[in-house]
Amino acid sequence: MNKALILIIDDEPQIRKLLEITLQSNDYRVEEAETAKQGLTIAASHPPDLILLDIGLPDESGHSVLKKLREWYNNPIIILSVQSSEEDIVKALDNGANDYLVKPFRAGELLARIRSVLKNASSEKNDSVITFEDLSIDLANRIVKKNIETIKLTATEYSLLALFARNEGKVLTHQYLLREVWGPSYLEQSQYLRVFIAQLRKKIENDPNRPAHIITESGVGYRFV
Amino acid sequence: MLRKGKKTKQFIISILLVCIVSALCYLLSPYIGYRAIALILLVTVSFIAMFFDIWPVLLAALLSALIWNFFFIPPKFTLSIGNTEDVLMFFMYFVIASLNGVLTYKVRQMKKEARKREEKENAIKFYNTLFNSLSHELQTPISTIIGATDILKENDNKLTEKNKNELVDEISVASIRLNEQVENLLSISRLESGYLKLKRDWCDVNELIYSAVNKLQDKSGKHKIEIIIPDNFPLFDLDFGIMEQVLYNLLYNAIQYTPENSVISIEAIYTTTIEGHFDTVDDDMDKTYTDSITNNLVITFTDNGKGFPENEIEKVFDKFYRLHNTKAGGTGLGLSIVKGFVEAHHGTIRLSNIPTGGAEFTIEIPAKTSYINSLKNE
Repeated sequence: MNKALILIIDDEPQIRKLLEITLQSNDYRVEEAETAKQGLTIAASHPPDLILLDIGLPDESGHSVLKKLREWYNNPIIILSVQSSEEDIVKALDNGANDYLVKPFRAGELLARIRSVLKNASSEKNDSVITFEDLSIDLANRIVKKNIETIKLTATEYSLLALFARNEGKVLTHQYLLREVWGPSYLEQSQYLRVFIAQLRKKIENDPNRPAHIITESGVGYRFV
Repeated sequence: MLRKGKKTKQFIISILLVCIVSALCYLLSPYIGYRAIALILLVTVSFIAMFFDIWPVLLAALLSALIWNFFFIPPKFTLSIGNTEDVLMFFMYFVIASLNGVLTYKVRQMKKEARKREEKENAIKFYNTLFNSLSHELQTPISTIIGATDILKENDNKLTEKNKNELVDEISVASIRLNEQVENLLSISRLESGYLKLKRDWCDVNELIYSAVNKLQDKSGKHKIEIIIPDNFPLFDLDFGIMEQVLYNLLYNAIQYTPENSVISIEAIYTTTIEGHFDTVDDDMDKTYTDSITNNLVITFTDNGKGFPENEIEKVFDKFYRLHNTKAGGTGLGLSIVKGFVEAHHGTIRLSNIPTGGAEFTIEIPAKTSYINSLKNE
């Protein structure tokens, strides 16, 4: 678990240097690539535990690198992009990226995301009960408890929460949530998602207006923590 | 091609106009003298000169002179002229008509040049403000970063641990400030280039407002923020990210320019505008309805600070405008970004001072509305 190997694919030497120092000082091993081509070669020759992939590479778009990687590579990939372009982020997440960071990002945030995706990748997800601080979700018996009190959820609210719980820390796009919970014919019906998120927050959050569990990722989706 | 077409049109209209007026004059010729007719024709040519280019005007002058000669000056229906006075009249007519055309044309050219000059001066003024603001707002944090890193590198052993931490903090603050400025500039350039395309989707207004407010949690600690949103507020079809930035900038502005302990209140209401269609969304969702009509979303930011100087209210939304005597920092872009983003939603923004003291920003945005608050159990 410790000393995970992380591959950085980014053309900016300064960013690579910064990431290298940040990661090495937190006990990760680091490999670097400055082009898409080099990145794909290194990833194939000794597959890393995680890839940090810059979307704006000089020789090939990060999106196409992501697609090529996802044909065989199952470990987490975190996308790095400049100036939040929601469209880019949603596209990358839908193409199999596990998470994203917008430059400039804080070191703490980077490390938190890395820990979260590595943890998700390693945990077997066989636990039938998942707990998040004050919240526990018993997936086998479909029981949700806040502190020790059982919360009554409707079937849709429960499916939404269970989906979140199984993807802790990961950004789930609006489209993904609609498809998984309501079905493919509801992809355009985002009003349901908005209403159910609000309802679910009222039931599980201490302060639904300052959510601690269901975090809004503007224009992209939601993240459950 | 287009220009050529426009010119041809001017020639045709000039000829037609001269012919029509001449025909009318011909009908009137039993009642008025042929010299008065010369004046009527002269007025026609002057009229043409007011709107058209020089060549159609000169053609009109020549044509009208010939027509006057042929149809009106005795002997009629010949180009010869009976007496010397009329010969003089004829040439004078032609010269005056032509001069008319040339002079009007010249006046218009001068006006055009003056306008061009004014535009150029405005552009220069705009870029001067831009460069002044930019160089100041970008170079201040950059100088801090360069200066602080230099000291850290060179005088490492002379600095106390406390000094070092302070310098690192300065670098951190400066780079965050730098980043804010760059983000503002990117937003402005997105607006200016017309590249901004809204990504509309159903938005929970409650979530929208709190999302912006929560992002400013660190900075708003010393202010009291009140949020008033009625229950069962409908969903609005807006660009979440863009609207979030609008609310963020307005709140940020209020926090920056009101004293500590001020109360900032954000209130959302909606007013009905246009009745739309009522459509039923199918089915397995226990008969829920989407009532798709357009309403006005109205969000008001009120504070109890000292408000804006009345004579500057008009200008606060201008690019790079900063109030006189305000504290340093800020590019004067925040509010013009707000205005641009609101207008991209076809909305409006107003600023006024409230009688009890303080300022009130009101944004009003028309958008499709969905009422599906009463989703049954599913």
